[in-house]
Amino acid sequence: MDRDATADVNAPHSMGTTIIGVTYNGGVILGADSRTSTGLYVANRASDKITQLTDNVYICRSGSAADSQIVSDYVRYFLHQHTIQLGQPATVKVAANLVRLLSYNNKNMLQTGIIVGGWDKYEGGKIYGIPLGGTILEQPFAIGGSGSSYLYGFFDQAWKEGMTKDEAEQLVVKAVSLAIARDGASGGVVRTVTINSEGVTRNFYPGDTLPLWHDEVEAHDSLLDILNASNPEPMST
Amino acid sequence: MLIEARDVPNLGFNFDLYSRNDMLTKKGLKPPGYLKTGTTIVGLIYKEGVILGADTRATAGPIVADKNCEKIHYMAPNIYCCGAGTAADTEAVTDNISSQLKLHRYHTGRESRVVTALTLLKSHLFRYQGHVSAALVLGGVDLTGPHLHTIYPHGSTDTLPFATMGSGSLAAMAIFESEYREGLTRDEGVNLVTKAICSGIFNDLGSGSNVDICVIEKGKKEYLRNHLTPNPRTYISSKGYAFSKKTEVLLTKITPLKELVDVVQVGGDGMEE
Repeated sequence: MDRDATADVNAPHSMGTTIIGVTYNGGVILGADSRTSTGLYVANRASDKITQLTDNVYICRSGSAADSQIVSDYVRYFLHQHTIQLGQPATVKVAANLVRLLSYNNKNMLQTGIIVGGWDKYEGGKIYGIPLGGTILEQPFAIGGSGSSYLYGFFDQAWKEGMTKDEAEQLVVKAVSLAIARDGASGGVVRTVTINSEGVTRNFYPGDTLPLWHDEVEAHDSLLDILNASNPEPMST
Repeated sequence: MLIEARDVPNLGFNFDLYSRNDMLTKKGLKPPGYLKTGTTIVGLIYKEGVILGADTRATAGPIVADKNCEKIHYMAPNIYCCGAGTAADTEAVTDNISSQLKLHRYHTGRESRVVTALTLLKSHLFRYQGHVSAALVLGGVDLTGPHLHTIYPHGSTDTLPFATMGSGSLAAMAIFESEYREGLTRDEGVNLVTKAICSGIFNDLGSGSNVDICVIEKGKKEYLRNHLTPNPRTYISSKGYAFSKKTEVLLTKITPLKELVDVVQVGGDGMEE
C-alpha cells in the first residue's frame, strides 16, 4: 500500500476506537480499547475512553478526542448542578439527553460519537447510543467507533437478553478483542466498567490476557529482554 | 440602537487583511513562514516528582533561526510547560495562562494545581479550534502529587507517566518505551530524559543544539539550562571576525554635550514650583 509513512504528529487527535455498552440482568457493562491516534502515530496507547459523569453514570467516548472531552466536561458540570437542584442522583436518561442536546445543537462543529451507560433506581441499567449528528437511541446494547464495523455480525449472533454479569463481561471483552484484531485504529488494552445497584467496578485486561484469533501468533519475549534478564546492566550515561 | 463599527468589541481573529493577503498571494507573493519550534519535548514521572526535557532549536522553514532558544516555560513556581509548534503561539499561550494562574493564586491564597493549568490551557486551545498551534507537555508537583499531561492544539489532553511531543517525538518515544520503568531515581530519570532528547536532536532534522532539563519535586525545582551541549561550535576562523577600517580618519574632535547646557538649581526641591 503506497502511503506516506511520515506520521503527522500535529494532526487532530482522534480516537480510532472500539466502544461497547451492554445491559445485563442487574446493570450495564461499558467496554473500550485504549488507542488514541494522530494520523498514523499512536499518541497514547493506554488512554481511558470510559469517563465518569456522576457516581452512577459513565460514558464511552469516540471520534475527535478534543470534542468528546469538552462535551463530557460540560455534561458533567450540568449534571452536577442538576443533582444539587434535584436533591437525588441524576437518572441515566437525563445524562443521555444532556449529551444529545450538546451533540445535536452543535452538530456542524462537533465530531464525536458517545455511548452513555449507567444505573438508576427508576429504570435500572440503561444504555443510550448517541452517534454523530445527535440522535439518541435507547438500546439493550450499543457499539461505536471505527472498530464497531467488525462487530455488527458478532453481536447479531452472540447477544442474548438477560445475561449474567460474568457472561456480559466476557462478551464485552471478547468483542473488543475481536475488533482490536481487525481494526488498525483500535488497540492497546481492554477496559471495562460495570455499573449496578451495588456501585461501580473498573476492570483492565492487558493484551496478553486476551484470546488469540485467526492467524494471530503468541507474543514472544524480545531478544533484548532475554539477553538482559540473565545479567541486568545498570543504567549508565 | 445603532452600534458604530468601532464600538464592536474585538473578539477572536481579525480578518480585515484577508482579501488583501489573498490578492497578493495570487499575484505571486510568498507569505512569510511561521517561526516553528521543530522540536523534541519530553516529560516523565519519577519517584519524587517530574522531569521535563527539551531541545533548543527554533526553525523558520529550512533555516535555524535560533540555536539556543528556551522551550521550557515557567507557569507557576511548581509547574513548568514545554512547548512545540509555532513559537509565538506556545510563548503567548503559556504566558497568558501563567498570568491567570498568578491571579488565581492571589485570589485563593494557595499553591497552583497542575489540573488548573491543564483546564485553562485546554479551554483556550479548544476555543481556537486548533488554529493556535501549540502542542504542550505540562508537568508539575502540587499537594495532590506529581502530574504529567500532554495537550494537543485542538484541546485534547492525555495523562501519562511518560510523554513526548514535537517532530522528534517518535525518536524520543522509542527511547522511553524501551527504558522507562516506574520508580526511577532522580539521576536515572535525568539520564533517560537526556538520552531521549539526544535521540531527537541527532535523528530529527527539526530538533538540534542543546538539551534543557527541568526537575520538579515537592517544594523545590531545578532548571538545568543547557544541561548538555553536544553540538559545540568547532570552527573558529584564525583570522578573527573583525573587519579592517576602509575610511581614513582626518580629524577627531569630541564635544561633550554637558558643556552646551547650563544646569541651574532654582530654589529647593527641584521639581516643585
